Amino acid sequence: MLTYTIRRLILSVPTLLLIALVIFLLLELAPGDPMAQVPLTVPPEVKAQMREALGLGEPMHVRFWKWLVQFFWIEPQVMIDRLFGTTLSEGQLRVISWQHRSPVMDDVLRRLPQTLWVVGTAYVVGVLIALPIGIYSAYRQYSVFDQAGTFITMVGYSIPPFFTGPLVIVIFSVQLGWFPFIYDTTHEVKDWDSFVVQLRQMVLPVMVLALQTTAQISRYMRAAMLDNLQQDYVRTARAKGLSEAVVVMVHVLRNSMIPVVTVIALGMPAIFGGAIITEQVFSINGIGARLIGAIQANDLPTVQTITFLFAVLIVLANLLADILYGLLDPRIRYD
Amino acid sequence: MRPRFTLVATAMLLMCAVSAKAERASDGQLNILYWQAPSIMNPYLSGGIKDIEAGSLVLEPLARYDETGAMVPWLAEAIPTLENGGVAEDLTTITWTLKEGVLWSDGTPLTSQDVKFSWQYCTAEGGGCAQIEKYGGIASIDTPDDRTVVVNFDGPKPFPYTAFVGATAPILLQAQFADCLGPKAPECTRQNFYPIGTGPFVVDDFRPNDVIQFSANPNYRDPDKPAFARVLLKGGGDATAAGRAVLETGDYDYGWNLQLAPDVLDNMESAGLGQVVSTFGALVERIIINLTDPSAEHGARRSTLDHPHPFLTDKAVRQALSMAIDRELLVEIGYGSAGRVTCNILPAPEIYASTANDACKTQDIDGANALLDAVDWTDSDGNGVRDKDGVELRLLFQTSTNAVRQDFQTLIKQWWSEIGVATELRNIDASVFFGGDPGSPDTYQKFYADVQMYASTFDGTDPEAYLANWQCAQIPSPENQWQGSNMSRYCNEAYNALVAQMQTTGELDKRAELAKSMNDMLMQDYVMLPLVDRGRVSAHSNTLGGVRLNIWDSELWNIADWYRKPAE
Repeated sequence: MLTYTIRRLILSVPTLLLIALVIFLLLELAPGDPMAQVPLTVPPEVKAQMREALGLGEPMHVRFWKWLVQFFWIEPQVMIDRLFGTTLSEGQLRVISWQHRSPVMDDVLRRLPQTLWVVGTAYVVGVLIALPIGIYSAYRQYSVFDQAGTFITMVGYSIPPFFTGPLVIVIFSVQLGWFPFIYDTTHEVKDWDSFVVQLRQMVLPVMVLALQTTAQISRYMRAAMLDNLQQDYVRTARAKGLSEAVVVMVHVLRNSMIPVVTVIALGMPAIFGGAIITEQVFSINGIGARLIGAIQANDLPTVQTITFLFAVLIVLANLLADILYGLLDPRIRYD
Repeated sequence: MRPRFTLVATAMLLMCAVSAKAERASDGQLNILYWQAPSIMNPYLSGGIKDIEAGSLVLEPLARYDETGAMVPWLAEAIPTLENGGVAEDLTTITWTLKEGVLWSDGTPLTSQDVKFSWQYCTAEGGGCAQIEKYGGIASIDTPDDRTVVVNFDGPKPFPYTAFVGATAPILLQAQFADCLGPKAPECTRQNFYPIGTGPFVVDDFRPNDVIQFSANPNYRDPDKPAFARVLLKGGGDATAAGRAVLETGDYDYGWNLQLAPDVLDNMESAGLGQVVSTFGALVERIIINLTDPSAEHGARRSTLDHPHPFLTDKAVRQALSMAIDRELLVEIGYGSAGRVTCNILPAPEIYASTANDACKTQDIDGANALLDAVDWTDSDGNGVRDKDGVELRLLFQTSTNAVRQDFQTLIKQWWSEIGVATELRNIDASVFFGGDPGSPDTYQKFYADVQMYASTFDGTDPEAYLANWQCAQIPSPENQWQGSNMSRYCNEAYNALVAQMQTTGELDKRAELAKSMNDMLMQDYVMLPLVDRGRVSAHSNTLGGVRLNIWDSELWNIADWYRKPAE
């Protein structure tokens, strides 16, 4: 198992380099101008000078190499400096955003807590609701509960957050006035009261996001349960005289969880990636909102860096899912 | 016992009365929502309005524009003019005097060196300063003493109020930015996020593209201001959410630039928590009339002065086209409170706005028909289209692809058909139409159509360069690669003379007179038909007082005067 993991990790290095190159070329070839948001009244010569100042005058391969060096050599040094108080990275140029002219990684780290709080909570809530729904729907297939569950998950699948978001805002914020809908990123949780404030401002975005997660995971759970409920060992277990609870919750559920756990693991990068639309609707200003803002402003260093971080997370999550599979299912061995 | 009690009570009452009058930092927190999040506090490194306005809470210029577009001294004692000797007779120097005793928020005094440094900062090689145009034509700056700044131009400059005027050209603290010149400018993250300023607020926490927290500047020059102790400037989301947060839930006190459909805004406002405010600049949606013949038979010479237009050269036709338009209805359908009817190509600032053309505000189809009848444009063959000498009044009307513009086209086509003018409509993708590619036949410069519609304005408050657009030399043609802004191909020696006169006139009121007569000349020749003056719309809570929405400077220009209204 260990050698397998190491082998996979080594293999992921060329994969990631290739991904970095593809992202860079895609951004390079895509039309767009970082000066597009500058008002029309600024003359073209001034815009040309501003572009020069951003380093756009250099050839493509030089810029790619610079980014690689900054990301893989200088940024880790910054991390080490921060952890151990050393001064390795002093005076070195980091990956700088074209919009706010400060290091992209600082921005990412600043925004990560918001995203983890909201999207992470939504994921956990979604999974916790999805599992029982999936289990019970499969156990009572075609019952009223199953039909209702299917309906709700279809709705969750098919209605996009740019519709559900404003809908819950109108109902719970404007009409009822229960929850705020503009997320306050400066809020700090210090005591019970401030924790309640934090919970209140998280309710609406978590509601919107959890609906999506629930829809997805509960379908997987239901399908996996149905597969296993037909198996011979279930009949054997029942014949042994085990109670229904033990048959379903111990025997069937444990076996059904194998594919579901991998699906959950594969969904993890999305938590870090944030929720582009939901963050925008509720002004959460997490990673997703940053990415879409950077795309609109053609802030290439930011887009490149954030997209590449996603790629890293996805590669790692795939690896994690494979390893979990091996651990959970004794029939699967990689060595 | 009694008198003493009365005394105490009176004293307490007095104290209450005093504290009810605004006092620095007495009104708690002000929440502002910008749906486009500011990403930097330094306006010299960003052309974005959101960044310039966030910066204006901290950084201040020598003079700025008030909501009417008039200049008011800010860090300077007075506006230098020819009359008070601040501007030299030969128009080559301007002398600013700083207010006495202005301190930076770190407690050091503001000096003329800082002003000079701000010019050096923006014009330094390799800095990519977005506002470099403001400092065009400055040869040198002298600082004879701590409060005097003498700006020397390399030639006569009739309008010398671009450098250090308005939110886009504020003064930076030399001690803070001294190491940030030229290519180093973008690397000064700390300085660009936390500039030290003379403004009413100080940056406490800056999170790019997210939120900025400010607190009252303890060294602000007016001891009673600002009334708010803290400002939270939140960015992100969209205009609808911003409108909701201010008007429907009251979570925020001020929402910036709410570009929403008129009925949506009305609906939000009816919740009763806040009000929509709008103001108007010089952005005018207009119809341009082509005085040259765009017919394809002229090949490369189409839409050039070689071939005059077969019927649009007749002023009566142009006037009739203008009279047939119901501008009130266009405003109501397209812009609501974000638009107003205008009969001028230069509707603002106030001192330049002419009232000579206001007749266009009411639609007059009968009048237009009578006018055309009088000059013998009649429908001789009974097909519904007027003609004369074998020429029919048939127009090709082009504009960019945009829902509001297409609505306008349809309405105008209907009105023109009522006066016997047939119109064919065409819309072109905005990136092509405004793209300026000399190889494309569909640009607004080539103007291969009879009439076209778009909106345009000018930077700042001085219309000299804008009005110079309609001289003969500005006509786009194959000779100048179709560069030039005189889309109507209007050529009038009398107009050219006024342009030349304005370029040598320094006194503001004389310039205003000239601008008005130029505007009137264009309007009374009907070479352009102004339709709608498009404005800026924002919203603020009913408990927020002191807002004077300003389109010529930062919207937050007078935030030092904002206060919390006591509950009613």
